[in-house]
Amino acid sequence: MIGLEIHCQLTNLQSKLFCSCKANYREFEPNTNLCPVCIGLPGSLPKLNRKAVEKATMIAMALNCKTPQRLGFFRKNYFYPDSPKNFQITQLNMYGPTSIGEQGNVSIEGKDIRIRRIQLEEDPGRLIYEGASERTQITLVDYNRAGTPLVEIVTEPDLDNPRQVRIFLNILSDLLENLGVSDPTLEGAMRADVNVSIEGGLRVEVKNIGSFHDLEKAIHFELTRQQSLAKRGIPVAQETRHWDDKRKITISSRSKEEDEDYRYILEGDIPWVILDSQSMEKWKNSMPESISSKKERYITKYGIPTQVADVLSSDKYYSDLFEQAHTESNAKEIANMITTDLMGLVDTREKREQSKLRPKHLSDLIEIINNGKVTRSSAKNALQKIVKTGKSVSEIVSQTGLAKISDEGELAKIITEILSQEPTAVQQAKENSQAINYLVGKVMQKTKGTADPALTLRILKEKIST
Amino acid sequence: MSLAISALEYISNVKNGNTTAEEFIAKTLDQISKHESKLHAFISINEKALDQARAIDKKIKLKEKIGALYGMPISIKDNISIKDGKTTCASKMLQDYVSPYDATVVSKLKSQDAILIGKVNLDEFAMGVATEFSAFGPSKNPWNTDYVPGGSSGGSAVSVSALECIASLGSDTGGSVRNPASFCSLVGLKPTYGLVSRYGLVSYANSIEQIGPITRKVEDAALLLNYISGRDVNDNTTVDSKNQDYLAEIGSGIQGKKIGVIKEMSKGAGLDENVESAFWRAVNSFEKLGAKIEEVSLDMVEFTVATYYVLTTAEAGSNLSRYDNLRYGYPMDLEGYEFKSYISKARKNFGPEVTRRMILGGFVPSAGFAGKYLLKALKVKNKLKRQVLEAFKKFDFLISPTVPILPFKFGEKIDDPLAMYMADINTVTANLTGVPAISVPFEIHNGLPIGIQIHADSLQEKQLLQAAYALQETTNLPGAPL
Repeated sequence: MIGLEIHCQLTNLQSKLFCSCKANYREFEPNTNLCPVCIGLPGSLPKLNRKAVEKATMIAMALNCKTPQRLGFFRKNYFYPDSPKNFQITQLNMYGPTSIGEQGNVSIEGKDIRIRRIQLEEDPGRLIYEGASERTQITLVDYNRAGTPLVEIVTEPDLDNPRQVRIFLNILSDLLENLGVSDPTLEGAMRADVNVSIEGGLRVEVKNIGSFHDLEKAIHFELTRQQSLAKRGIPVAQETRHWDDKRKITISSRSKEEDEDYRYILEGDIPWVILDSQSMEKWKNSMPESISSKKERYITKYGIPTQVADVLSSDKYYSDLFEQAHTESNAKEIANMITTDLMGLVDTREKREQSKLRPKHLSDLIEIINNGKVTRSSAKNALQKIVKTGKSVSEIVSQTGLAKISDEGELAKIITEILSQEPTAVQQAKENSQAINYLVGKVMQKTKGTADPALTLRILKEKIST
Repeated sequence: MSLAISALEYISNVKNGNTTAEEFIAKTLDQISKHESKLHAFISINEKALDQARAIDKKIKLKEKIGALYGMPISIKDNISIKDGKTTCASKMLQDYVSPYDATVVSKLKSQDAILIGKVNLDEFAMGVATEFSAFGPSKNPWNTDYVPGGSSGGSAVSVSALECIASLGSDTGGSVRNPASFCSLVGLKPTYGLVSRYGLVSYANSIEQIGPITRKVEDAALLLNYISGRDVNDNTTVDSKNQDYLAEIGSGIQGKKIGVIKEMSKGAGLDENVESAFWRAVNSFEKLGAKIEEVSLDMVEFTVATYYVLTTAEAGSNLSRYDNLRYGYPMDLEGYEFKSYISKARKNFGPEVTRRMILGGFVPSAGFAGKYLLKALKVKNKLKRQVLEAFKKFDFLISPTVPILPFKFGEKIDDPLAMYMADINTVTANLTGVPAISVPFEIHNGLPIGIQIHADSLQEKQLLQAAYALQETTNLPGAPL
């Protein structure tokens, strides 16, 4: 049985959870995105970022959670150098339900994964280790991240295997991105601890896992370790283990850490936040359409194939492009162009940031394909250039000679030349009608995809049969 | 120009040209240097005070826009942050800490052209009733230097009493403004929780403490409250003061008002008989002023000191955990320590009372004990609050002696924490319930001051100050024998 504790930064917010410093700490030199509040100077007080409450509540609603009547914040007390106050302001349900959400669920492959609790809390600073060996190692602290709004999502132990974990995290990541609350592709924006146990065994928590890729490995390792213990009749102890990034194994933490008593107390500097039905209604209405509803709409309204609709709806970048580019009539073709031609060009965060493509480019491209000015294959070439340059479709077509060759005489000349170079292929095409496709390909290659495919086929057939 | 004038008198004298800010500040600084070696009210002095006074005089001369306090010298308890100056909390832990920002109350006073004459002494991190726990040595009571000035805002009270400033800001977590005011024959106001921003006040028990003025006159406290109160975006617990003018109509009197004498605070074994008899004379004065007096019982008061020490140590344990000497603090050699041993060593610089409360603060909210201590204390607090709210349905004011005992001698209670904590019995109720309370000087017994405490319902400071003013006007007390 596998349960997850996922930490997700609300990266799209302007400011930190309790002060006006930037939530986007990544662009700063170490220890320059700070103020008396986020480094906990004597006398400073937290002031709650209401936007963070709103965004976190949207996550709770999107995960079908119950939301409380009032929100409370608590202090989790522990000494650690990344925590400038030596306590973290977080939430728990010490006096009834007072954290952002509880009892939600996510459906994966027809199975319900229950969400136990969602809480809003502050991210600590970052520790940076320098030095060649353990003996010479020094630890540096960068507090730029301290106070960044963080949402912790705790699941019930409903996941069965690493594959399900991967699917769950992908769905969650898409959901957060679709809500516009976070960019999960940013380094450190989404992190997870995992609880693993086997039938009849106690729960083992694994922390310090750097990436989702390693998370799967850690689960594999932990399941195997626990099963082999069980086989030898050794009971699995309840403990916290750390993922060793270099050796790719889990290591038992010192038992002291597990016993740590956080001495939770109410954070008196932040009064109870009353969630009245009016604001809840307002927030609910301002939530973007969910991925499943988008998918449903793409299929039923535009007749987009299920698989294409799936890809399109689950990726906010693609679905935003689609929403802005499509009309009733071209929707299917826009969807196709995004999921076949565009996808390879903008499949990473960097490529997306650098891409100069605008929604209008897509609708213009479909238009000139439909009115016969360029071939589909030329359009694909044009798309590459547009992503790089951002030039308009008409400019690209006129400058680079992508206009479709529909002149029979011109095309016949090219085809004659190719046939003379490919006697074997001609012979094969005469014997097997399927083999003609090789020659079509050659023509397309020669014309860089500008040849009218139907016309090419007709001329080829005529010439071969004579 | 005498230094023994009220804030209102100071303002009118500067306005009329009877004195200048420079002249008054120069005299004040003389007074400080004359008495400091004996009284030790100050931890640091504002070196730029005279320049600031000259700048204010220039503004007056040129008829430029000027703040309402006209260069009035005000001292600030050294747990309230002033930008670019030390804020030590009278602790070795923060002996070198310089605040990079102003507390909200400080920027408010600065914007009214007050001159913040210096930072004044306190019990370390405001934990104590005598300033005996200051890491930099105690302050002495100007009425008799063998006696404690009260605490924890002892330096505030001493500086006001010894004419080293016109007024002071202290902080009151369990009586820390009212207790030294009572012991030094001054006015001390603990406002409603949330009326004054705590931003920049170093937290001790953040859910119950407030900044409040210590002054020689009730009207001065009202004046200062006008300028320090109100909602602050930097303190989410603040409330709207609705721009009340606490000074206007301060002489309205209390004819026909209903006053409850809190039974549990005005009788019993811990009450000094001289304090008790003075208190009943005060009750008599209130009656003569036209108020209707009745006894009221708040039976939760019996448990308030225990409750107070559980709640405040739990919060202090958390609030003071940031002092690990990693980011600021005092010089310490890192060699030979790893993280945990460094922190243990660094935190040894807390004094004995803070250490005692840190230990309690680690214990009362801990797993297995929270139910027996912290949660029980929260229950008492809620029940007490209900009782007080109920009482205010019937009464306009609730009164008691401010402190059940007279000022005591240095060393008399320092080794008996329980006896020391019982000095808070009459003051902690206002903190636990959030209501405002004021201590008004009433009598001098054998050269030692006695103060009377008045509570009002939440946000009823205006009424409260009227009652305090009415009582003040029945008295005619001398200043401290300097």
